[in-house]
Amino acid sequence: MTEQLDAGVVARQIKEGDLLGGPGGGREVGRARRRKEDARLVTGRTQWTDNIQLPGMLYVAFLRSPMAHARITRVDTSAARTQPGVVAVYSGQDFAAEQGSLPCAWPVSEDIVIPDHPPMAVTEVRYVGEAVACVVATDRYKAADALDAIEIDYEPLDAVTDMTAALDEGSPKVHEAGNKAFTWKFAQGDIDAAFRDAAVVIDRTYVQQRLIPSAMEPRAVVAQTDGDSFTLHSATQIPHVLRVMLALTTGIPEHKLRVIAPDVGGGFGSKLQVTAEEVLCLLITRRLGKPVKWTESRSEGNLTVHHGRDQLQRISVAADADGRIRGVKVDLLADMGAYLMLVTPGVPLLGAFMYSGIYKMDAYDFTCTGVFTTKMPTDAYRGAGRPEATFAIERAVDELAAELGMDPIELRRRNWIRHSEFPYTTICGLTYDSGNYEAATDRALALFGYDKLRAEQADRRERDDPVQLGIGVSTYTEMCGLAPSRVLGSLAYGAGGWEHAGVRVLPTGKVEVVTGTSPHGQGHETAWSQIVADALGVPFEDVAVIHGDTSSSHKGMDTYGSRSLVVGGVAVVQACEKVKENAKQVAAHLLEASPDDIEFSRGEFRVRGTGASRTIQEIALATFAAHNLPDGFEPRLDADATFDPDNFSFPHGTHLCAVEVDTETGATKIRSYVAVDDVGSVVNPLIVEGQVHGGIAQGIAQALFEEAVHDADGNLLTTTMADYLLPSAADLPDYTTDRTETPATTNPLGVKGVGEAGTIASTPAVVNAIVDALRPRGVQDVAMPCTPERVWRVLDQAGTAPRAGAQTTEGGPA
Amino acid sequence: MIPASFDYVRPSSLDEALETLHDQGEEAKVLAGGQSLLPLLRLRLAYPGTLVDLGRVEELRGVADRGDHVLIGAMTTHYDVVTSPIVREHCPLVALATATVADPAVRHRGTLGGSLAHADPAGDLPAVARALDMEFVARSAGGERVIPAADFFLDYLETALDPGEILTGIRVPKLGPGWGFHYEKFHRTAQAWAIVGVAAAVRRSNGAIEEARVALTNMGATPVRATGVEESVRGAELGANGALRAAASRADEDTEPPADLHARPDYRRHLARVLTHRALLAAAGTG
Ligand SMILES: Cc1cc2nc3c(=O)[nH]c(=O)nc-3n(C[C@H](O)[C@H](O)[C@H](O)COP(=O)(O)OP(=O)(O)OC[C@H]3O[C@@H](n4cnc5c(N)ncnc54)[C@H](O)[C@@H]3O)c2cc1C
Repeated sequence: MTEQLDAGVVARQIKEGDLLGGPGGGREVGRARRRKEDARLVTGRTQWTDNIQLPGMLYVAFLRSPMAHARITRVDTSAARTQPGVVAVYSGQDFAAEQGSLPCAWPVSEDIVIPDHPPMAVTEVRYVGEAVACVVATDRYKAADALDAIEIDYEPLDAVTDMTAALDEGSPKVHEAGNKAFTWKFAQGDIDAAFRDAAVVIDRTYVQQRLIPSAMEPRAVVAQTDGDSFTLHSATQIPHVLRVMLALTTGIPEHKLRVIAPDVGGGFGSKLQVTAEEVLCLLITRRLGKPVKWTESRSEGNLTVHHGRDQLQRISVAADADGRIRGVKVDLLADMGAYLMLVTPGVPLLGAFMYSGIYKMDAYDFTCTGVFTTKMPTDAYRGAGRPEATFAIERAVDELAAELGMDPIELRRRNWIRHSEFPYTTICGLTYDSGNYEAATDRALALFGYDKLRAEQADRRERDDPVQLGIGVSTYTEMCGLAPSRVLGSLAYGAGGWEHAGVRVLPTGKVEVVTGTSPHGQGHETAWSQIVADALGVPFEDVAVIHGDTSSSHKGMDTYGSRSLVVGGVAVVQACEKVKENAKQVAAHLLEASPDDIEFSRGEFRVRGTGASRTIQEIALATFAAHNLPDGFEPRLDADATFDPDNFSFPHGTHLCAVEVDTETGATKIRSYVAVDDVGSVVNPLIVEGQVHGGIAQGIAQALFEEAVHDADGNLLTTTMADYLLPSAADLPDYTTDRTETPATTNPLGVKGVGEAGTIASTPAVVNAIVDALRPRGVQDVAMPCTPERVWRVLDQAGTAPRAGAQTTEGGPA
Repeated sequence: MIPASFDYVRPSSLDEALETLHDQGEEAKVLAGGQSLLPLLRLRLAYPGTLVDLGRVEELRGVADRGDHVLIGAMTTHYDVVTSPIVREHCPLVALATATVADPAVRHRGTLGGSLAHADPAGDLPAVARALDMEFVARSAGGERVIPAADFFLDYLETALDPGEILTGIRVPKLGPGWGFHYEKFHRTAQAWAIVGVAAAVRRSNGAIEEARVALTNMGATPVRATGVEESVRGAELGANGALRAAASRADEDTEPPADLHARPDYRRHLARVLTHRALLAAAGTG
């Protein structure tokens, strides 16, 4: 019944291939299985970090800098120490000798400046919200109360809030070494030739506003010790990476440190971090010998969860008169914030190779300058670098189409890599293994009713309707499946990009999968179960997935960059292959046949040409008993695999958005949204659908709603959800989604990754639509988020805003 | 986001509540649905010594038809207001505006009395109170008094209620036949507060507007009556002559719209004019 219901939900999307797809014509891969982890997640009957209660547990509250930039001149914690329930009060001075520096794992260039980043500020604060002291108390209320009694004097220093001004000679400095963190360049082809005598050059500057990742579960940390070893629970995406980094930072030997990510309620990159609070909680538990807990409030999170985006993009496109793109030049300023955190400087680089998008061209030139400001550091946020790149190129291509008076779809057709040209090595040096932009676009156009909407648009323009219609196109691709270790090495990243899986067959034939990925909402337990069910021929229900605890899943690179299925899922497949090999040995022995004569199908090992067979469950039991195994055979079926991909994967798709812009109020309404994504083969269409929906919502949010706003002194003004606007379901349109399937050729599952696709695709689709609506009124751009006020001001400046509805009839707006 | 400590009492009668308020003086604060007060406590923007929870004071809950007016108990939730047949029949503008408040969760907890006593000019109900000339019934240990809407809202988050007073009910005058209503709310997300809102009541007869009442949300420290619009629109013929728009263009007269992250004052003024026009049209259309 439930399964039928599931199928019904996505009936629209499921094709025959889905139902029968997967390795070996499996029965599970491709099924719209409801997620097995959801019951416990949505009923809350699970362990979140903040649920954990340990005997004698103490609670930590942090005092945070109210200044964007200041010297700490005096700290007095004596009054706070005498408050009820207070066990300890610490300031940065107390930790100075042991706290080390929060790590940056991506020193992108030779000239990079990586400033010391104390988890708790000792002498100077560099952003509002930086931890300056903390209280440890017997409950969280007493801890919060005692914060008021800590006295700290600051000598204000100049805030640095504007990236461009920060690079001026006379700018106040964030760090001694200056405000430039690094410069990174990349060039291919003869860019001067491409721009020389080009018939058209589009030159635009786009602002990627600063965003605040808002996972449903706030960050939380529980640290404990038995005096010898340490356990850290954290709402993190990266328990494995965190363990290594914390060992290096705190000096706690790696084998004495266990990191656990219990169920985690979303991350979107914000929990891909080694945070000050994680380090400090470990240090506090080391001092006090008691377990400690810290859970952030939403406002605290808005200040101190690493922020996303915040780039200033100058993009130039040179093209021939017929629209053929000759070259693209990008000059990027990327706001690092006050420090370089785990992958801060690498984020713009993840986009560096994507500004050519799906297009062919002769030359490409990219420069990125990382800039320090006195703001919360930026770091990975859903898409990390690729949404920025996609936005710039897709916006610029629409601008080029407008300049040429050409339909934006037609312009794209003239430039994109044709299906017959795959595999294709782009100007950026990436080899796109597969893709079919024609198919995805044709499907999207049909679902959207493109021609009809264009006709309506023309009609509204003709009538000078106060509500104008705009159509936005986004034909994106992205680079997923982070990542081939060698490529990461060539980009100076500190680690590899492989993933590990272990598959254990229990005596009763049930299967445990140990994965190095760390799901925090993605549904790996379901998808990995489907993969294993097909690979080993066991029931879906018989598979359990173990993750997120370095003591039970000892090896992994965790979850981000749409990598889990593409890298971790493939490792699961490979481990299953090895299990099958082991089982085949036992089967052959029991069936008195040669292993070469054993065939495997749907959980049965059969002697070719005879009826004799053993099920995998029988073999599991026989292996457990170990009474009768081949000579020299280790009594186990279990196997491990570590997969390091040769290439990235490249999902793509075509998103089309129609908006109605009310030119009287500036309000934008999304009228229809079509997304046709090609994420390769699909393990679970329901999960894919969910990722696409959430991703589109997040991209629309950047286009229309979200923005971290600071005042001139560097104070964050959007500290609550009343000011930092997140759209809810009520604010978003129905999406029409569909897929084309062009399997990846670089992995045995044919999968490409879907975690970030929607976010990457949707932002330019929406902004392109808004600009398209307003172009006849002289509008070339609207800065994000395209709030009603911004749209109104742009129209006002263009001098075409109808004054209080001057063009309406008394009948009112349509 | 952890409030400072406070005492908490939950009286079961109005008299008991009044007594506690009387004893505690300025230290005490009334708690209704908590949808505005609790956020203030959690952000440590308010430090009351005692919260007097009115949740168990049944006599403050409910809607009654009182002949020439409807009496709505202060503790009636937004949800109960929206679904009340009496409210829908006799004061539909209250139902229309209340339905735009926040989301279902907030509407199930937040109360009409709390919204008005909180006196946030960005709230939707204060403007409706001004447009309809509601009357506020307040009780203290010393007795009862009735405060007209025009005298109730003193400043940003400030009302004519004394610290020892509890708002017990709101009288909404019945306007009688021939009236049409509309609440035009402009906000960025469904859960967000109004950037500007316009509450309009219009009486039509013979294709013209005989009388209109217009009040504005979030165009100053208190909700304001757009008297200029009301004057200009009186007698305006409905039709394509631009009279309504001309009247609406006076909407921002004598207002002092705030500047915040969602809008600067000039944009709010512009919106007030556009939205007033739309509100008048819609109200006239429903009459
Ligand atoms: C997410 C969110 C979105 C919201 N959006 C909107 C919106 O769009 N529009 C809108 O209008 N409102 C909105 N609100 C506020 C909501 O309408 C609240 O219900 C209302 O502001 C306060 O009502 P309450 O019953 O919760 O009062 P409380 O929060 O309990 O009290 C508010 C104040 O009124 C005082 N008070 C309450 N009752 C009495 C009484 N009977 N006598 C004397 N004093 C009293 C309290 O002491 C306190 O100072 C929103 C709230 C939230 C949480």
